[in-house]
Amino acid sequence: MRATLRRTLGLAWVVPALVLVGVFVYLPLVQNLQFSTLKWDIYSGEQEYAGLDNYAKLAGDPVFWSSLGNNALYAVVSIVFQVFGALLLAALIEGVRSERLQRALRAIYFIPSAISLTVAGLLFYFIYEPNLGPLNHALRAAGLGDLAQAWLGQESTAMSAIIAMSQWQGFGYSTLLFAVAIQRIPAEIYGAAAIDGVGAAGRFFRITVPLVREMTGLMAIVTLSGAFQVFNEVMVMTAGGPDNSTQVLGTWLYRSGFVRNNFGYAAAIATVLFVITLGVAVAQLWVTRRRRVEW
Amino acid sequence: MVTRLSFLGVIARVFMWAFLLALAVVVLYPLLWMTLNGFKTNAELFGDPFALPLDWSFGNYAKAWNRGVSGYLTTSVLVTVTSTVATVFISAWAAYGLTRVDIPLNRTLTAAILGGLMLAPTVALVPLVKLFQAMGLYNTFWALLILYTAFRIPFTTFLIRAYMIDLPREVDEAAEMDGAGRWTAFWRIILPMCKPILTSTVLLHILFTWNEYLFAMIFTSGSGVQTLPVGLTSLMSKHGTDYPVVFAGMVIAALPVVLLFFLGQRHIVKGLADGIGK
Repeated sequence: MRATLRRTLGLAWVVPALVLVGVFVYLPLVQNLQFSTLKWDIYSGEQEYAGLDNYAKLAGDPVFWSSLGNNALYAVVSIVFQVFGALLLAALIEGVRSERLQRALRAIYFIPSAISLTVAGLLFYFIYEPNLGPLNHALRAAGLGDLAQAWLGQESTAMSAIIAMSQWQGFGYSTLLFAVAIQRIPAEIYGAAAIDGVGAAGRFFRITVPLVREMTGLMAIVTLSGAFQVFNEVMVMTAGGPDNSTQVLGTWLYRSGFVRNNFGYAAAIATVLFVITLGVAVAQLWVTRRRRVEW
Repeated sequence: MVTRLSFLGVIARVFMWAFLLALAVVVLYPLLWMTLNGFKTNAELFGDPFALPLDWSFGNYAKAWNRGVSGYLTTSVLVTVTSTVATVFISAWAAYGLTRVDIPLNRTLTAAILGGLMLAPTVALVPLVKLFQAMGLYNTFWALLILYTAFRIPFTTFLIRAYMIDLPREVDEAAEMDGAGRWTAFWRIILPMCKPILTSTVLLHILFTWNEYLFAMIFTSGSGVQTLPVGLTSLMSKHGTDYPVVFAGMVIAALPVVLLFFLGQRHIVKGLADGIGK
């Protein structure tokens, strides 16, 4: 009896964390599902049950589909640059002989990841600016003045411009992690390969790539999950414009709920986002559960 | 090991260095440009974006400071400090319970706390706004403190728990023999032993809180408790014609975390590698 009581009292250690996570993370998630079945005007406060109407509306909403497409494009480009590009770059850096230079390069590339997306977004807002922006200035100076344009101001280039900024901001983070993973590979493996006359490309594809596979899988998942949660950079640089061309799920959710006053519809978008991120999270569990690479 | 310098090898090395250096320029130039613009006048900025400022005075920095940045900075520092202390303490507390105390349903509780990692903040946005309005905390400092703490507990607990699991059991037995209670064992013995991971989690939490935008924007808009990321966008919309002041504000916002990164680089790398690699 006393032992049971003592064990139960031990729960005091986990209660604060459980309560906070339960009330502010899990409860809202459940409520969101309920909200997504309501027709709900924030200002009048009127709510009525609408069944799956919000989801039906979502299916027929072209902006929703283009937002989803933009998130997918974001994901593809980020995986190319921040997973495969970063892995190659990390391998190049680790190939540099001087350790001090290695450290300096890793630190330089990481700096954009330490500054906030707001600062980075504003900075690139100015860089892309048609008149004072250095990008157009540089193009004109290089005799490519015909290419100078309002990068964020037109539908054809705005999304690509935002994604490009994102790559600038994020590649140093994954490069740093890949560098750590590569450092964990014992030097003897590379040494043996060098003696066998395996060239740099061979070492990369036959040693580095297979031995950092686990990190590659994890980075792919982290990047994928991040790409579907994009919000800040779009909000700061274009707020979804021009003409909704840079809308992503996060900003469309925000706009539907907080600007157009339809909480129910916003909740339905949130459900879609939840299903996608949960899918990615399950994939993450699956990757981490697999046996770790031994060396 | 003797490396033969073949012609092709030399070419490859030259290309590699050219690429690495070009990339460093691409990363550093925008940041340098941002910093220099904080010293320019509007006319200079519009004239030649690549020119150096004529007058290296801190006037724009002072203006930015007086036009609200001091307030945003104060809020950011307060939210960052309080939520870091709360998050790391509550997470270490839970990690201790999950790893070193005999409690019922241990596996389920662990899954419940760490499972929060999977949920994106955006998904919970609408209900959270209603919840904070109902609690009367909407548009207050408390909303940010609570949200940053609650949403970062899963990740922080995950890192600290992984570290505590590996601490030897003998430590606890020795503490018990000395007659130390649970609290003493946690506070005086286990926590000091966890210093490396605590340092990483503190640094990671600061990086997160300082830069967070989604919650900060939705839960504090226009209320005088804005943090730097949100404050900068207000600075931009209010004084958007005085660009150098905006640049000065951006530098003030970026500098502390860049410095922190350089000071704590080793720990941040370790925290990130452990957190994602486990």
